[in-house]
Amino acid sequence: MAKIEKSFESGLHAEQLSGRTQQIFFSAEEGENFFYPYNAFEVDFNNKAEFDAKDLNNKEINLKIRELMKEDHGHIVLKNPMAKHSVGVGILNRLRLDIEGSLGYFGCGLIDGPNIRISGRVGWSCAENMMSGTLVVEKNAGSTFGAAIRGGDLVCKGDVGSRTGIDMKGGTIIVGGRTGTLSGFMMQRGRMIVLGDAGPNLGDSMYDGTIYVGGKINSLGVDAVHGEMTELEAAWIDRKLALYGLEAPNGAANLQKIVAGKQLWNYDNLEPSEKKIVL
Amino acid sequence: MSKKDELVPEDLGTEREKEIGQHIGYRYDVNLVPDYDRLTPFLKKYLEKMQWDDLNWLEDVHMGYEEDRPAVFDRNINGWVTVPEDMDLPDNQQDRDMIARELLIKFQMSQRHPMVVLEETYGKF
Repeated sequence: MAKIEKSFESGLHAEQLSGRTQQIFFSAEEGENFFYPYNAFEVDFNNKAEFDAKDLNNKEINLKIRELMKEDHGHIVLKNPMAKHSVGVGILNRLRLDIEGSLGYFGCGLIDGPNIRISGRVGWSCAENMMSGTLVVEKNAGSTFGAAIRGGDLVCKGDVGSRTGIDMKGGTIIVGGRTGTLSGFMMQRGRMIVLGDAGPNLGDSMYDGTIYVGGKINSLGVDAVHGEMTELEAAWIDRKLALYGLEAPNGAANLQKIVAGKQLWNYDNLEPSEKKIVL
Repeated sequence: MSKKDELVPEDLGTEREKEIGQHIGYRYDVNLVPDYDRLTPFLKKYLEKMQWDDLNWLEDVHMGYEEDRPAVFDRNINGWVTVPEDMDLPDNQQDRDMIARELLIKFQMSQRHPMVVLEETYGKF
């Protein structure tokens, strides 16, 4: 009870907790802005800067990137990242970021807009919760590559570990080599293209989205089923792969397509009203 | 006939679709793959600005409906944003999707966006 009173004091219950509480409309008068009005910088791609991260810790590296963006640098080259964790995170604007070396865990997480190229390898959870932009890893990646990604193109030209694209809700993940066990686990939306082999339990408990595999699939997970390729999506795959200098081993039309069987769907029309009752 | 069989739509094509009673995957709807010939001038400018070769995250944005009104889902506020009643929409999904993308970007980048207030209230940097 004390907690509820506290939340009232902080204004969290100003509106009634049932039904629709607000309606938001687009405005035809909206101007042409191309970057977020918060935590983002308008940068110039032709303004290039380089820095050596050898003697900096991850917080100092991220602050350095932020400072450079604030100074209008739109092209940043980061040298010697030394596989440090959580580097290049939370970038919310356009930027060309070249990372010369390898990253540790949670590299380039929560990004929304930048085009990033990493010349080495990345550890676990690279590009976790990515919203938009492009990220290309030239070598291999660890587990949970692109966990909970919501948008953008995430590319690893080598092999990746297990649980690639776990809980992905949009965007495209491309793996040039093989992917490990439980890839696409609980996938909800988006597309994953694996040009090599896929490990056991591919697409386990996926709700929606599509997985394409060029090599052998060890086994499918619960409710993952084969779908039928269409000419339209083969053309889409060819176009997408070409952007990153990749191509399907036997042509996009011959990729195996995996989708949700939707046997695990237990939603019904009553759900929203049930939620209101709970509230 | 079981209740489930009664609910299976008649136009389902494959055996698997008949078995599970619904279409598999949104990509069966050809209208949902973006037609790049229909990019609006604003979207062309946006892609150029971001230096993206395609629609990137906007490939997943489509015109939907909320309470019988055309609306676009904004992932940044986890809610639908409604298209004003006086705005005319084209009669095909491809053009509607392009307009949805344009409206969404303009809204996300505007000072009216709820994230602006959220950032002012709770932002740490």
